[in-house]
Order: sequence, then structure tokens, then C-alpha cells
Amino acid sequence: MQTQVEKTRARQRARRLDFLHTVLVVAAIGIPIIAILSLYALINGSLDSILAFGFGFLTSSQWIPNPPNGGPPILGALPSIYGSVVTTTIALLFAVPISLGIALFQSELAPGKLRLPSIFLVELLAAVPSVVYGLWGILFLVPFMSSYVDPGLMNSLGFLPIFSGETNGLGMFTAGVILAIMIIPYAAAVMREIITAVPRAQREACIALGGTQWETMRMAVIPYASTGIIAAIVLAMGRAIGETMAVTMVIGNVARITPSLFLPAETIPSVIANEFTEVAGNGIYLAALFELALILFAIALIMNLIGRLLITRLAFHGKVGSDV
Amino acid sequence: MIRMSNKNSKRNIAIVVLVIVVIAAVAGGYYFMTSSSSTSQTTSMEQISTQMSETSSMTTQQSMMSSETMSSATTMASATSSVAGWQPTASVSITGAGATFPQPLIQKWTVTYNQLYPQVQISYNGIGSGGGIQQITAKVVDFGCSDAPLSNAQFAAAPGLVLFPETLGGVAITYNLAIYGIPSSTVLHFTSSVIAQIYMGTILKWNDPQLVALNPGITMPDAHITVVHRSDGSGTTFAFTNFLSVTDPNWATQVGYSTSVTWPVDTAPNAIGVGGKGNPGVAGAVANTNGAIGYVDLIYALENNLGVGAVENAAGNFIAPTLQTILYAAQNATGTPNPKDLRLHIVNAAGPQSYPIATYTYTLEYQDMSKNPDITLPMAQALAHFFWWEIHDGQQYAPALYYVPLPANVVAADEQLLLTLNYQGTPLLP
Repeated sequence: MQTQVEKTRARQRARRLDFLHTVLVVAAIGIPIIAILSLYALINGSLDSILAFGFGFLTSSQWIPNPPNGGPPILGALPSIYGSVVTTTIALLFAVPISLGIALFQSELAPGKLRLPSIFLVELLAAVPSVVYGLWGILFLVPFMSSYVDPGLMNSLGFLPIFSGETNGLGMFTAGVILAIMIIPYAAAVMREIITAVPRAQREACIALGGTQWETMRMAVIPYASTGIIAAIVLAMGRAIGETMAVTMVIGNVARITPSLFLPAETIPSVIANEFTEVAGNGIYLAALFELALILFAIALIMNLIGRLLITRLAFHGKVGSDV
Repeated sequence: MIRMSNKNSKRNIAIVVLVIVVIAAVAGGYYFMTSSSSTSQTTSMEQISTQMSETSSMTTQQSMMSSETMSSATTMASATSSVAGWQPTASVSITGAGATFPQPLIQKWTVTYNQLYPQVQISYNGIGSGGGIQQITAKVVDFGCSDAPLSNAQFAAAPGLVLFPETLGGVAITYNLAIYGIPSSTVLHFTSSVIAQIYMGTILKWNDPQLVALNPGITMPDAHITVVHRSDGSGTTFAFTNFLSVTDPNWATQVGYSTSVTWPVDTAPNAIGVGGKGNPGVAGAVANTNGAIGYVDLIYALENNLGVGAVENAAGNFIAPTLQTILYAAQNATGTPNPKDLRLHIVNAAGPQSYPIATYTYTLEYQDMSKNPDITLPMAQALAHFFWWEIHDGQQYAPALYYVPLPANVVAADEQLLLTLNYQGTPLLP
């Protein structure tokens, strides 16, 4: 009797596991299929543009979708690629040190009472919708930058071409700053989890050798967690380069390559968001927007690969413990 | 054990098949819902009606004020009698998509119409003029809207498609010079040539001799002009660039006119061009940038308390945009519109009081509505009646939302066109 019940239970459990297994397999197969299908859709959509412009699409800085003489559109992606790369770089320059600091504070330094509130406040930043950041950017950040930050940088560092020229607050620098604020909560949350996962023994060993708190963090904790920190940066970079709404609202949307960070520019997502609604009856134009999306896809993929490469290289150099 | 795993694998296959069927069903259902108008639109209509109830209470005051000046719409209302007794024969729901410029007015219309004829539910998605043209050409929606009249090539792509103007609006030149001692209440004067030079990046400062000469008695500041334009495609841009092309030969050859153009100011040396997304983006950039100039739909200039310039019209007078001066432009420009081709250009209209930068916005529909397989006969009847209603009774709601009611001659031409709408050859309106 007893054994009969046990057998039934075991069978039920096996069936449950079996069901779970099937669902997981379907989900696991589904994700690469979706990725492949979207890649196919992008390539299919951009075929006309790839054939018409060829490699020149990546190197031309002309963006004339409706030429005045009624001729075929002249389209080049270089200004938007440039804008995407520059704004993402600015965002990372601000976000990486700040989020690393936040993560170290929350996991190593913060007293118990401060820890949870500070985590909560930083994660609150992640819950704010992108368009709200954009509105805040256009109503507060843009006037603030144009009246205080930009003139200050121009007066002190104006001899550098990147801080030269006129400013009205709408431009790559403001877009980079707003992107930094948007990606900090993501980067900080991942980094905090990684740093919290560093084994106690690692810290205790350093303290036993006479290390101060700062030396423990610098020499025992951060090197141990470096793989995860790089992963966090890659994740943040992916979010920054694809961010659309907030950037579109503050970057000024001008197809132009300029060394000055204060002047308006555009990014790949902002071009797509701006121009997608009005491309009817202009097949090449639509295909060019698809090609921009394909380029964004490729950039994100390459950045992810670089991140993975860094992780494996660091792992081989033995900086990361094998007992994780 | 072997038997059991065999049974399991069979069941696994069954589960996989089931999952695929469910996904296919969901995807198919979604496709069906988006392609043909479905019953689920009740909820979206409710959302719109709650939004509209807020705006309508706010605007009743303004409509009182302007109903007097806009008498042309009320006189036309009597013509509705020819279709007054109409009642829908079945419950229908209709989907339209297109330009964002007329969206507030169309939403007001669809909600009011639904209160009059509860069996007819119409929803409208403001996805942009280009999107509207694309979707009506692909017959994905039941009607489309566009701020820019269709080109001959676009007509060729959608055989049987006709268009008619449903309302019109003006484009204001706005500026922010408050910090330089020129408050927004000061009306600066502009000519099309000066506006064209500013947007080409050849006039760089507010104290340019040409601007100083146009504005005697006003101390123009030695400040850089930040030139704001739309970054997205727009009927507003179409009207603005159309005006500059008609009046300035340089602009016509170097830039042209379209819903989106390549702005020379963006790449001109020492000039600062800025693109804002949507009317709010341009108005926001002008409001937050000292020394900025921009162009927006009239309502955005008035609501953001920006300076609004007077523009020289064809008669040589400097006219500020109001509903009345835009109506003058419409009345003077169109003459007798041809019902066979209602593409109307009213920029740079004649008449001493006409404001020169204005545009009609158009509804797109197939003359024989049965060409769109999604449209049934009751839907076609409801659509035709709704169009008739919006060019007559519907016009009274325009001034409160800062649109200009259609002038009488355009309503008459619209009527001629609407009477030709049919379903497999049978006229839809009596």
C-alpha cells in the first residue's frame, strides 16, 4: 500500500519534471528562432538599400531623402553611427565610475540602515519611463546645461575641439549625460550583485595581510569581480546604444558630423523613430531605415562579442577564482 | 521504463504541437484583429471619450467666442438635411489612420458621432501622414488621412483612391527673444525671403540688416539665431516648405518641399540648426533656447506663450496668424475647387488679410469602397455618412480646437466628391 502511494508520487513528480523540461526546451529553441527571424526581417527589409548604396552607406555623410529636383534619395549612415558611438561613449565615461562607486558603497561600505534605502532609490531610477527622462531632459537638463555646464566647460577647456563652438543645450553632450543617468541603475544593480557574491574568504585574506578597507576593495574584491563588472558594462552599453525616446528629445536631430559635443547630432535609433512614419511610397528610404536597424543590430552584437572575449581572456589569465 | 518514456515522448510531442497551435492562434488572432476592424475597439473608444470630455469642457468657452466669426460653418449645416433621416443598418466599427495634425479634431468627431449614432464606432490612429497613405494603399485601414496632398505617383500606386479636405490649419513662426528685451507679445515682421535665408543658414544673427529693416523701432539683439525645425516627417513641414518654395526661387531649387526635407542650416558653417520631434518638440526647443526661431501649428505657439511673427503675404501686408486670417487665405486662394482633384494649395494666398502659411488636411478613401475587402456595405454607408457629417455639422467643433472650418466653396466641392462614393457602383449617399 505504502509503496503503491510512493510509486504514484514518484510518477507524478517525473511527469511534472517532464512537462517542465518540454516547456524549457520549447522556450530555449524559441529564442534563437526569434533572433534569426528578426535578423532575416531586417536583411530582407534593407536589401534594396544594401544593393543601391553598397558599402558607401556606411561612409557617406549625406542624408537627403527627398531631393529638391525629385531625383533618387541620397542616404548615408555615417552621421547617425558617429552620434550613436559618441553619445554611448560619453554615457559610459560617466556611468561606469559612478555605478561602480554605488555598487561598492552598497555592498561594502553602507551601514545596515542606509543600505536598503540607497538600493531602493537607485532602482527607482530604472523604473522611470524613457519618455519621462526625455521630458525632464528638455524642460530641465537642456536649459541647465546651456546656461551652466556647457559655458563652464567652454571657458575652461574651450581649446579642445570637443568643447568648442556654440551651445544651446541640445546636443550630444546632453544626450550622453541623460543616457548615463538612465543606465546607472542597471549597471549598479548588476555590479552590486557581482560584488556581493565575492566570497568572504577573499576579503578576510586581504585584511589578514594588513590591507585597509580601500586596499581590500581594490586588490581583493574588484579583480575577483572584474568579469561580472565587464558584463555589467556591456549590458549598460547595449541599453545606451539602443535608447531612443529620451535621446531623440534632447539630441537636436541633425545629420551632421562635428567634433564639438555641444552641437546637435543624431543617433541610429533617433533617425528611425523620427523618420519611420513618413517613408510611404519611397522604397529605398524605407530600406535605408531598415539597414540602419541592421547596423544597430550588428554594433550590439559586436559589442557583446567583445565583452565575452574580454571575459574569457580575463578568466584564462587566472584573475577569476575557479570556485565561483 | 522504456514503455513509459515512449509514452512521455508522445506526450511531449503533443505538448509541443499544442504550444505551437496556441502561439499560431494568438498570432493569427492578433493579425486578424489589426487587419480588419474588430469588436475590441469599444475599450479604446472609451479611453478616447474620457480624454475628450476633459478637453471639451475646457474649450466650450472658446467656441462661444469664435462661433460668431466662423459663420460659414453654421450656414452650411442646413445642407445636411438631404441625408438627415439616415440611420445605420447594422453595428459597425471602422478604423482610420494617418496624420497627427488633425487627430484632436477627428477624435472629437468620432466621439460626437458615436453619441449620435451609437451603432457606429470609429477609431483613429495618428501615425503620421506617410503611414496613413501607406495603410490606405495597402487597404489595412478603412480610411486614411494626410496633411500633404498625394503625389501623382502615390495616386498611381492606389488606383481608385480619392481625397477631400476635411479641415485646415495655419503654421506660425515663433521665436524666443524675451531675454533680449523683446517679449512674446511683440510681433516681429518676416518676409519669406528672410525666413528662407534663416533656414538656409545665411542669416546668422538677429541683428542682421534685413531683420532690422523689417522691424523699425525694435532693437534687434546681437544674438545667434538657433533655427529649430521638425526632425520627423510632418504636414506642418510640408506647408512651411511649400510656402518657401512658392515664394523663394532659391529655396525651390536648393531645398524643395516635402513632409521632410534636408535643412541647409544644419550643415551651414557657423549656423545652428536643431530638429525637434513633433510640434511639442519644436515648441519646447524654442521655449528653452534664447534666440531660437521655429515653426509650429498655431495652437502650439499660443499655448506655449511664444512670440508669433507676422508674415508678409502676397498683397505685401504683414499678417499674424489667427483663425480669421487663415480662413481669409482659404476663401481667397481656392476659387472654384475642382471636385475631380481636390488637391488644394493655399500657401501665399491672395487677399489683403490672408495669412500666407496654411494647409488643408485630407481624408483618403476609395471611390468604390468595395475595393477594400474589409469594408462591408453597412460600413461603407456609415463611412460615407460620417464624411458628409464631418464636412457639415462636424465643422462647428473646429474653432475650439484651433482648426479653421472649411470655406463654403470647398464644402460644396467636397459634397460633389462625396456623392460619387459608391459600393460596387451603387451610390452611398442619396
